[in-house]
Amino acid sequence: MARTDALNSLQTDRTTPSDRAGATGSGPPGTATDRRFGRRSGSRSGSRSGSRSGGKPLSWWARARRDKVLLLMALPGLVLLLVFHYLPLLGNLIAFQEYLPFVPFGRSAWVGLDNFAVIFNGDQEFLNALKNTLLITLVQVIFVFPAPIALALLLNSLLSERIKRVVQSVLYLPHFLSWVIVIAIFQQILGGSGLINNFLRSHGMGTIDFLGNPDSFIALLTSQVIWKDTGWGTILFLAALTQIDPGLYEAARVDGASRWRQLWHVTVPGIRGLIILLLILRLGDSLTVGFEQIILQQNLVGRPASEVLDTYVYNNGVLAGQWGVSAAVGLVKGLVAVVLVLGANKIAHIFGEAGVYQK
Amino acid sequence: MSTIQKGIEDGPAMSSRVLKTVVLVVCCAVVVIPFLGVISTSIASQQHVTNSGGFVLWPDALHLDAYKAIFNGGVVQRALLVSVVIAVGGTLISLAGSTMLAYSLSRPGSFGQRPILMIVLFSILFSPGLIPNYLVVKQFGLLDSLFALILPTAISGFNVIVLRSFFMGIPDSVLDSARIDGAGDFRIFWSIVLPLSRAVLAVVGLFYAVGYWNAFFNAMLYISDTAKWPLQLVLRTYVINNTELSSGDLGGAAADQLPPQESIQMAILVVSLVPILIVYPFLQRHFAKGMLTGAVKG
Repeated sequence: MARTDALNSLQTDRTTPSDRAGATGSGPPGTATDRRFGRRSGSRSGSRSGSRSGGKPLSWWARARRDKVLLLMALPGLVLLLVFHYLPLLGNLIAFQEYLPFVPFGRSAWVGLDNFAVIFNGDQEFLNALKNTLLITLVQVIFVFPAPIALALLLNSLLSERIKRVVQSVLYLPHFLSWVIVIAIFQQILGGSGLINNFLRSHGMGTIDFLGNPDSFIALLTSQVIWKDTGWGTILFLAALTQIDPGLYEAARVDGASRWRQLWHVTVPGIRGLIILLLILRLGDSLTVGFEQIILQQNLVGRPASEVLDTYVYNNGVLAGQWGVSAAVGLVKGLVAVVLVLGANKIAHIFGEAGVYQK
Repeated sequence: MSTIQKGIEDGPAMSSRVLKTVVLVVCCAVVVIPFLGVISTSIASQQHVTNSGGFVLWPDALHLDAYKAIFNGGVVQRALLVSVVIAVGGTLISLAGSTMLAYSLSRPGSFGQRPILMIVLFSILFSPGLIPNYLVVKQFGLLDSLFALILPTAISGFNVIVLRSFFMGIPDSVLDSARIDGAGDFRIFWSIVLPLSRAVLAVVGLFYAVGYWNAFFNAMLYISDTAKWPLQLVLRTYVINNTELSSGDLGGAAADQLPPQESIQMAILVVSLVPILIVYPFLQRHFAKGMLTGAVKG
């Protein structure tokens, strides 16, 4: 969800004309920025140029000096972002090296594209991880994605505002729990000595191995995601539902539409744009499936059934010491993911302009 | 609002009302019953826990032995301390860095704003990957340091953008009058902008705090010294992986006096749940707003 919001605020940012004027000046830095600067001061009263320089363009250096306090204030956060988000990009160089942890950084032998061989030559383990990742994404798009929509429609049809609020309070809660807690709770219910198996045992029936069965692992993951995030996922849909013009329902009723027909012809079209948008964004995230959730349960079902790309990178790299190969897989995964996210963003933007979030 | 949401209702049939109620009650029960069981098991008597096979739905009595055992100076107590230090310290660092960055990005036309904003925005779009992150943390000598659990996740680009859009909503006239009175940028930020932004600071702060509290994998990756384990890692080891807590792990209590393992495990789970339950009402009141700032506003 966070990714969705981020992307939207990104779009918002890109499309606010007054604030984004002259984003890419091709001239010398001074003139380009000053042009923008001037226009901005026109759109916002009391901005920097207005109150301080009397509208005269300032030199590059004068502006830096004038804003030195602001720059100093930005510094700590900026440094943290650069060091922990951008500097690691350099670390991807080891994807082209035979990296050994005890050899000083940068001294490892260069091996070209050797580390990428697992990807292009179809290494069995890698293919399995890729297959599991895509399979889990597919299953979750089919089962997890519609759950909040159904729940939001149900909540929306409640007559009592108070009951609705109580139900929301209960159902939003699991979203804030860590995966460790969620899985610990699931073990108490589904585990060998958990609630359900205790019940079966005390009624003389055989127990069911929910947690250690490789065949049902994806079902287990999916049910956990549904438990944790369905309630939270309703927020956006509930907000969209309140935007539907009540007059449309009235008109439908006057025309004699049953409640199901109102649902189908008024409610669903009202949130269709949002559904499409979120679906596209979810597909943009196809290669990322619940890393923490899977790594916590992997030893119960074994790697063949549970390995996904992220766990492959961790298991082969950090644990098994194949740093270069893992970094190569991580790098390719990251690049493909960025392309998917940007592509999804682009498509979502097209749909967005068609009326999803326009205002 | 309520009239809109009632839009589709036109005297629902009894059967559909019953069906709706049943579905919602089941949904709520699926969320609530596990919590009830976890709390009950942590306070039930040994006999009751054994008789019911390890998981109690409703306790026979109130026994706090499990809590006494974990707060006897052992692994759990230490981990709780570590988690609190990380959550509190991390949130302060995150808020300081994010608000100052957001403020400097919120002043129109300030020097270097465009590239800095781009750096913030693109940090949302991609994550550098596990191995490169690990190498950077290692190169900076942060392995086995609590800073490894704070600094890499200290600045969330998304939160910076949320704060920035809030700061940009503060009327310029307020800031200008302070500037005319001779206040510098930091003074304006500290004594005018921050006090005006208490609500959004609370929300962003809580999101950071919950993030730090829940973080598990970074600790697994970077912290090998068990004395520095946060609570989530202890929870994984002793509850999910079912490693038995010895009396040594529990501050040297005599082994025959220990409450049942199941109760201790559930007590650890409760301890890690409580802070979330405490902040949840605040989160719940504000999050919808926070979520929608990013999503529907545009």
